[in-house]
Amino acid sequence: MAMLEVTDIRTFYGNIEALKGVSLTVEEGEIVTLIGSNGAGKSTTLRSISGLNSPRSGSIRFLGREVARMAPQEIVSLGVSQSPEGRHCFPRMSVRENLDLGAYLRSSDKAGIAEDMDRVFDLFPRLKERERQKAGTMSGGEQQMLAIGRALMARPRLLLLDEPSMGIAPILVDRIYETIAEINRQGMTILLVEQNANYALGVSKRAYVLETGQVALSDQSAALRENPDVQKAYLGT
Amino acid sequence: MAARAASFRRGFAFNPSPAVSRALALALAAFAIVYPLLLDPISGLLDDSVVALAYVIMGLGLNVVVGFAGLLDLGYVAFFAIGAFSVGWFMSTFYADANIHVLVSSNVHNLPGIHLNFLLVIVIAAVLCALAGMLIGLPTLRLRGDYIAIVTLAFGEIIRVFAVNGDSVHVFGNGYPLTNGRQGITPVDQLDLPFVKPFTQLDLRPWYWLVLTLVFIVLFVVIRLRDSRLGRAWVAVREDEVAAASMGVPLVKTKLLAYTVGGAIGGVAGAFLAAYLNTVNADQFAFSFSIFVLAMIILGGLGSIWGVVLGAIVLSFINNRLIPDVLNSVPGKLGLDFNLSDLGFGIFGFLLVIVMVLRPEGLLPERRRKLELTEGVGTDDALYEVRA
Repeated sequence: MAMLEVTDIRTFYGNIEALKGVSLTVEEGEIVTLIGSNGAGKSTTLRSISGLNSPRSGSIRFLGREVARMAPQEIVSLGVSQSPEGRHCFPRMSVRENLDLGAYLRSSDKAGIAEDMDRVFDLFPRLKERERQKAGTMSGGEQQMLAIGRALMARPRLLLLDEPSMGIAPILVDRIYETIAEINRQGMTILLVEQNANYALGVSKRAYVLETGQVALSDQSAALRENPDVQKAYLGT
Repeated sequence: MAARAASFRRGFAFNPSPAVSRALALALAAFAIVYPLLLDPISGLLDDSVVALAYVIMGLGLNVVVGFAGLLDLGYVAFFAIGAFSVGWFMSTFYADANIHVLVSSNVHNLPGIHLNFLLVIVIAAVLCALAGMLIGLPTLRLRGDYIAIVTLAFGEIIRVFAVNGDSVHVFGNGYPLTNGRQGITPVDQLDLPFVKPFTQLDLRPWYWLVLTLVFIVLFVVIRLRDSRLGRAWVAVREDEVAAASMGVPLVKTKLLAYTVGGAIGGVAGAFLAAYLNTVNADQFAFSFSIFVLAMIILGGLGSIWGVVLGAIVLSFINNRLIPDVLNSVPGKLGLDFNLSDLGFGIFGFLLVIVMVLRPEGLLPERRRKLELTEGVGTDDALYEVRA
């Protein structure tokens, strides 16, 4: 049984149908990526899974449980946490306070939180250097690291990453993708949404291509990189 | 001008160490306790001080909603009204057909009406206002910023209109109108608390110490809340709703609790003010009251507990003492044909503008807001609405 099974979900913003029946699966331990152009429904898919925009119909099963109608906090407590698009760090809180809030649902577990914070600082030494700095004063790349670290603080089984390369200096994007691969090697299952298909197909095992709210293609990432249509539309080669 | 403004901001920076601020707080508390002994027991200054402390409670309550949780509430007067009506309904001869006496002294035993002990009425006021807070919270859950302000403003007006026209609303039968309209419910029972003599208008000190006790209790509650898990959730929702939801902060519960707590505190202050002013009158519950309390917490520093205390005391004294008593005749002495109190709200507005120009984060700013306003740390605009 797949860790995450999304079946034919339809999600709306008001009357606009953003997802017109999306289905996908994520197996435990893999990195799966969703690529597609602006407005294809990538972020909406993640927001549907994390409960920020519940789908109007269809099913989302996580570890065998139906989560499509659950509130975000219930989904987080089941083990799905998200680094939202645009990072959404708490700008006036320090790095440490941001990470603390990542562990909001297990606030009483002080020892576990300290342990996880050390792990995040190991993954992103830059955050350790800036532990007391306000998140709003850091660069985009550093904020992205913080957003990923904060999502890890929830001790998820499945990590949702939304556009980790958006608006970030290329050198930092390399660093962040190395770390994403490292987090996966340590056993984390990751569902990644990315416009930068080069990076996304490089790090992931399988990928889905979304177009106007539907899955247009799905295959092994290596195969998609060789696909002429994908190359033309998303890889710029 | 800009340079002077900047130096004014820096010159005012006040960041004492925890030990110093604790000592300072204790000294201030001690002064607040002995202060009425320095005054004539029926002096106007003591009268204004009692009212100022009641406003401090109001400000602390509104600060939970607006300052902590970032939900702009323009209808806070509703909680003043509901708290005050708790006194009018349960501590007067208004419902003369009823004959209920609970834990009250002999001097009201023979009076008709509902007479409960004030301590019970305060609890009732807090509970009713908490429920009303939840009621106003529910329709605003999916809204943000300005839209919350409009809905809460309407809520305050609805309660006011109920207060004005309630004399012809009979919910529980003919002898039981909802309010007494503009005539007001007056008098209300003298306060009669355990271990102390009944309160009178001839000695204001017991009133002062009672409201000071309420201030201390409310301060304790809001400080504990600010530092609690719920307090962190409020700040998270205020800073970034999308991020808060992604972290598992339950938005509905967190926001509703802000309205509930803020409402309950407002109810306590409302009940006290009604008992002190000895009337529950529909004209007390005007929209300008909501703005007045909001101005206090903005002046003091949104989200900053000590700022709110200071802002409430300052504005209350300006409004109730400086303008009507001390400076009222100044225009007349200058040969002008008006009293300064005619310009009350104009003066207020002017003061707020001055503060916003010179010190936009308030007199005693909260740490985070200060950062936002002076160091240019902004919030990313949310890309989507979050499901409430």
